[in-house]
Amino acid sequence: MVDKKLEIKGLNIRFEDVRALKDLSLDIYKNEILSVIGPSNSGKTTFLRALNRLNDLEDRIRMEGTILIDGRDIYGQMEPEELRKRVGMIFALPIPLPLSIYDNIAYGPRMSGLRERKRLDAVIEKSLNEAFLWDEVKDRLHSSALKLSGGQQQRLCIARTLALEPDIILFDEPCSGLDPISTSRVEDSMIELKKTKTIVLVTNNTKQAARVGTRTAFFLMGDLIEVDRTEKVFTAPADQRTNDYITGKFG
Amino acid sequence: MTNLTVNLKEKIGFGALFLATMAVVVPVLCIIWLIVTRGWSAISWEFLFTMPRDGMRAGGIFPAIVGTFYLVLGSVAFSLPVGVMAAIYLNEYAKDNFLTRMINLAIINLSGVSSVVYGLFGLSLFVVFFRFGVSIISGSLTLGIMTLPVIITTTREALRAVPKPFREVSFSLGTTRWQTIRHAVLPFALPGILTGAILSIGRAAGETAPILFTVAAFYLPNLPNSPFDQAMALPYHLYIISTQIPNIRLDYRYGTALVLVGFVLIMNISAIVVRSKFRKKRW
Repeated sequence: MVDKKLEIKGLNIRFEDVRALKDLSLDIYKNEILSVIGPSNSGKTTFLRALNRLNDLEDRIRMEGTILIDGRDIYGQMEPEELRKRVGMIFALPIPLPLSIYDNIAYGPRMSGLRERKRLDAVIEKSLNEAFLWDEVKDRLHSSALKLSGGQQQRLCIARTLALEPDIILFDEPCSGLDPISTSRVEDSMIELKKTKTIVLVTNNTKQAARVGTRTAFFLMGDLIEVDRTEKVFTAPADQRTNDYITGKFG
Repeated sequence: MTNLTVNLKEKIGFGALFLATMAVVVPVLCIIWLIVTRGWSAISWEFLFTMPRDGMRAGGIFPAIVGTFYLVLGSVAFSLPVGVMAAIYLNEYAKDNFLTRMINLAIINLSGVSSVVYGLFGLSLFVVFFRFGVSIISGSLTLGIMTLPVIITTTREALRAVPKPFREVSFSLGTTRWQTIRHAVLPFALPGILTGAILSIGRAAGETAPILFTVAAFYLPNLPNSPFDQAMALPYHLYIISTQIPNIRLDYRYGTALVLVGFVLIMNISAIVVRSKFRKKRW
C-alpha cells in the first residue's frame, strides 16, 4: 500500500447553499477497495461523482480543491471524456440502455472509435467473463439487455464499464436493489477486479464494507470522520460517532 | 341522506365530464358526416387527377392537391430539422439563464400569433426582402416558421422524457456531449419528435392565411415546375370556390374539403406507422 492512485486535497463541494463536502483530503492506493460508509446526505455519492467529474453535469454544483490521478490533476490536466474512460462508474440501479446485451457493452468502445467486428467481439467476451456473466448470456448476446434479471443487469453494467479497461472503478451502492445471491456475485467480481484495478465503493450496507473493503472511510454530514484499515474501523474505531454508526445506533 | 347527495353529486360530476367529452366528439363527427355525405359523390378519378375546367366549375383539383403536397413537404423539410436542432440546444446545451427564459417565452408567444400575421411576415421577409417572389419556397418557409413552435415544444417534451440516467451512463462511458445526445438520447426521443412532425403536417396542410400572400394562386393552367413557381393549394382553392365562383356545384366544394381532410389523414397515418416502427425498434 505505497502507491497512491488518487490524491484528494482540500476538496470542498457546495450544492447551492448546502456544503456537501467539507475540506476533504484523502489518498486512495493502488489495488485496494476503499469502502465509503455513512448515513444518507453525508456526501458519499457527491464525493464519488467528483472523481469522474460527473458533478460537472449539474449547473448548481461548485467545487474547490484538487484531485490527482497518478499525479495528474483531473480538473486541470485532463478532459472529462479521457478521465471517464479511465475511471468507470457503476450506478446504484442497474441501467442497461434499451439495446441488446452486445450493443450495451460495445457502446463505450464504439464511441471511442473501435469499429472492427473481431476486436469488438473479443472485448465483449473478455468483459463479460470478468463480470462473471459470459456463461449466462453467451448464447443470446443479441437479445435485449432489459430481459436480464436485476443481478444480471448489474453485472452487465460492470462488463460495460470494464470494456473500456479503466484502472479505477467507482461503485455507487451497486447492490442496493439486489438480492443476497446477486449481491455476493457482484462482491466476488469486485474482489477479483481489485487485483488489477483500484476500487472505490460507496455503500449503505456496513456489512458489505466489512466484507470487501481493504480500508473503510466513514463520512458524516460532509466530513470525513475517519479512514483506516477495515478491521481497525470495525473493531476499534477511533471516533465515537463511527462506533455508533457501525453498531447501528443511528443511520 | 348524506349518502344519497354524495351519490347524486358523483352522478352530476360524471355527467358533466361526459358531456364535455361529447362536446369535443360530436362536432368532429358532424363535420366528417357533413363532408362525406355531401362531397363523396364528387370524388372520381377525374376529380382527383385532372386540371380544373370551365372556370373551375368542372374537371378536377389535381393542381391544388399537388400544391398542398409540395407545401407540406417543404414546410416540414424546413421546420423539422430547424425545430429539432433548436430543441436539442435548448434542452441539452443551454444553461438556465435570462436568455434561455426569454427564448422560451418567445416560443410560447410564437404559437399564439394568428396565422394571418405569419402570412404578412412571410410576404415581407421571403417574398419581398429575399426576393423569392410569390412562390412555393416562400409559402413553405412561412408555413415552416408557423409550425416551428409545435415542433420545438413536442421535441423538448420528448427529450425531457428520456431518463436522466441514460445520459449519465453514456457520459460515464467517456462519451462527448454530442455522442451522448446522438446515441443515448435522440434514438429514444424519436417517436415523440415524430408526433410533433405529425401535428405540424396537419397545420401546414390546412392553413389558408399564411399562404394567401406568399404562394397561393387563384388558378394556374400548368403544374409548378420549380420551387420558385406559384402553386394552387387545397385550403385556398376551397376558399375561392366557396366565395368567388358563383353557380358551382355543391358537391365540388364538399369534395374539395373531403380531399383536404383525407390528405391530412393519410399523411398522419403514414407518420404514425413510421412512429410505431421506431417504437418497436427501441427494445
